[in-house]
Amino acid sequence: MSERAIVRPRLRQPELDAGLRASHDGLRYSLKHRRTLLDAICTGVAFSLAGLALVPLLSLLAMLIVRGGPLLNLELLTGLPPAAGMPGGGIGNAIVGTLIVVGIAALFSVPFGLLAAIYLAELGNGSRFESVVRFAAKTLTGLPSILAGVFAYAVVVVTMGRFSALAGGIATGTLMVPIVTLTAEEALRMVPSRMRAAAYGMGSTRAQVALFVVLPAARPAILTGVTLALARAMGETAPLLFTALFSNYWFQGHIDQPIASLAVLIYNYASSPFDDLVGLAWAASLVLVSLVLVTNLVAQWLTRRPIEH
Amino acid sequence: MQAVEDRTGAGSAARRNSLKASASAFSPPSPFQRGFDVAFRGLSLALAGSVIALLLGIVYQVMAHAAPAIRDLGTHFLVETKWNPNKQVFGVLPEIVGTLYTSCLALLGGGLLGVTTALVTSQGFLSRRWELVLKNVIELLAAIPSVVYGLWGIFVLIPILRPVAKVLHEQFAFIPLFETPFAGPAILPAALVLAVMILPTITAISREALAAVPKRLPAAAYGLGATRWEVIFRVVIPTASGGLFGALVLGLGRALGETMALAMLVGNANVYGWSLLSPGSTIAALLANHFPEAGPVEIRALMYAALVLLMMTLIVNLLGAAIMARATRGLKGLV
Repeated sequence: MSERAIVRPRLRQPELDAGLRASHDGLRYSLKHRRTLLDAICTGVAFSLAGLALVPLLSLLAMLIVRGGPLLNLELLTGLPPAAGMPGGGIGNAIVGTLIVVGIAALFSVPFGLLAAIYLAELGNGSRFESVVRFAAKTLTGLPSILAGVFAYAVVVVTMGRFSALAGGIATGTLMVPIVTLTAEEALRMVPSRMRAAAYGMGSTRAQVALFVVLPAARPAILTGVTLALARAMGETAPLLFTALFSNYWFQGHIDQPIASLAVLIYNYASSPFDDLVGLAWAASLVLVSLVLVTNLVAQWLTRRPIEH
Repeated sequence: MQAVEDRTGAGSAARRNSLKASASAFSPPSPFQRGFDVAFRGLSLALAGSVIALLLGIVYQVMAHAAPAIRDLGTHFLVETKWNPNKQVFGVLPEIVGTLYTSCLALLGGGLLGVTTALVTSQGFLSRRWELVLKNVIELLAAIPSVVYGLWGIFVLIPILRPVAKVLHEQFAFIPLFETPFAGPAILPAALVLAVMILPTITAISREALAAVPKRLPAAAYGLGATRWEVIFRVVIPTASGGLFGALVLGLGRALGETMALAMLVGNANVYGWSLLSPGSTIAALLANHFPEAGPVEIRALMYAALVLLMMTLIVNLLGAAIMARATRGLKGLV
């Protein structure tokens, strides 16, 4: 308002209009300016690249449904793999096998990782040892998963003299330990320190504080970490190839015998010359990806629940 | 005052009893509780130590089983190009070259897409809600098992690439990259799938690096009239460059060790060269293919190969972690 009042007496109306228009043009978002044009082009390129990144995911999910979806039925989920070249058959033993291997892995890796995390978050007091443990855990997460298989081969398969479900579980669990440790530590650290202070003030021991105060409070976040580790473990193939091997039969209750798994089934049948087996590989992929995604969704749902105070 | 007097004064016998009871709740821990405390702390300490032992155990086991092969084959193993269990000739030069070649190609694609996606989902292009949606969708990529990527590569990607590769070879055979005919399973499809697989890692770490840039730096640049991409290229990326570089190195570490998709797509041929269309091999794929049926002598050679892979990934990952640590420390002065 006041600027106009100052400007108006000096300029005549047409000059004023032209000047206003020019300065307005300079500020308006217009592709006529070189810098704005360049900016718009960059935005376009960036969004195209981000869109390109999504193409494989969409194509993959679509293919899983198109190739695997029609094969889904009760026989597939409960049957045994067919003899080569025969139609029909199922992947029931592989589904059970995957769950057993992951179960064995979780049985030792979850308590292992959880107690290590309690040490890191509650008992370590920021010592040098504590940072070495954390460093080791971070290094383990970066290790190629096939090396966990090599480790379990050297420790279990060579000792027992044969491939076994146990070796597969140990290979997979080796991959889960650092994930559980690091996520659980983070979860424990999120618990407000006044809860610890209150418990110590009542004369609790450190074990009581860790187990009965901090651990329950951090439970949802810890469960999220464990569930994510499980989801990752289900899809691992490389550590099972030469530890759990594969089996065409049902699990007989012996964990010292080779066992089937969805991941190894997919690998074996993907390069099969028989269309029926390739179809089973697609169906198994659909089942495996669904299992992994559902587990991931459970993990996210667990996070959404607030920490209990 | 009244209440305090009531509590401490000569109240009824019942009140005195309840006082006693509450006093016992504040008594020192019983011998059992103290013993439990010591045992629990000891167990936690032992398992925390076991995490270190696990890492050292993996390194030790691989080294111990590789020792006979290291003695027999020496460093010649690293430059020998043949792998023949019958003649007991073992060498991993093609695998080392193949591992580095596919990983670097994947880093080129995955790095470009990953950093771009991180920029798109963090620099205010989209509303918070859509940023989160896109970020979660990209994270889905990480949830898909690598063996499923392999299956997709065999039945979707390779058929798509076949006509393209044919034209590339026929028209541009004079370029070393296209000097061989397309084999189906080859370096190109393997590297493309690998790029998709390391993309979520790079996106996630890049987002962290970009989020660590203090808000007032881009705000100041916007205030000077810079366009969005001027801000990104001249302020945000240079400030976050350390973290972005660390993201790329950690992505490379992931790519080096990736096994299944490569074992299914790279062709597992013991050759190496510049051609993207020829089959090749990687160390991880070699392990996956030969381990299940290997005899004792070949196992030792495979353990040696595993040791080479272990050392490569350890070095790259430690380098990446060091770069990330330095980058975060470097930004502290700006906050």
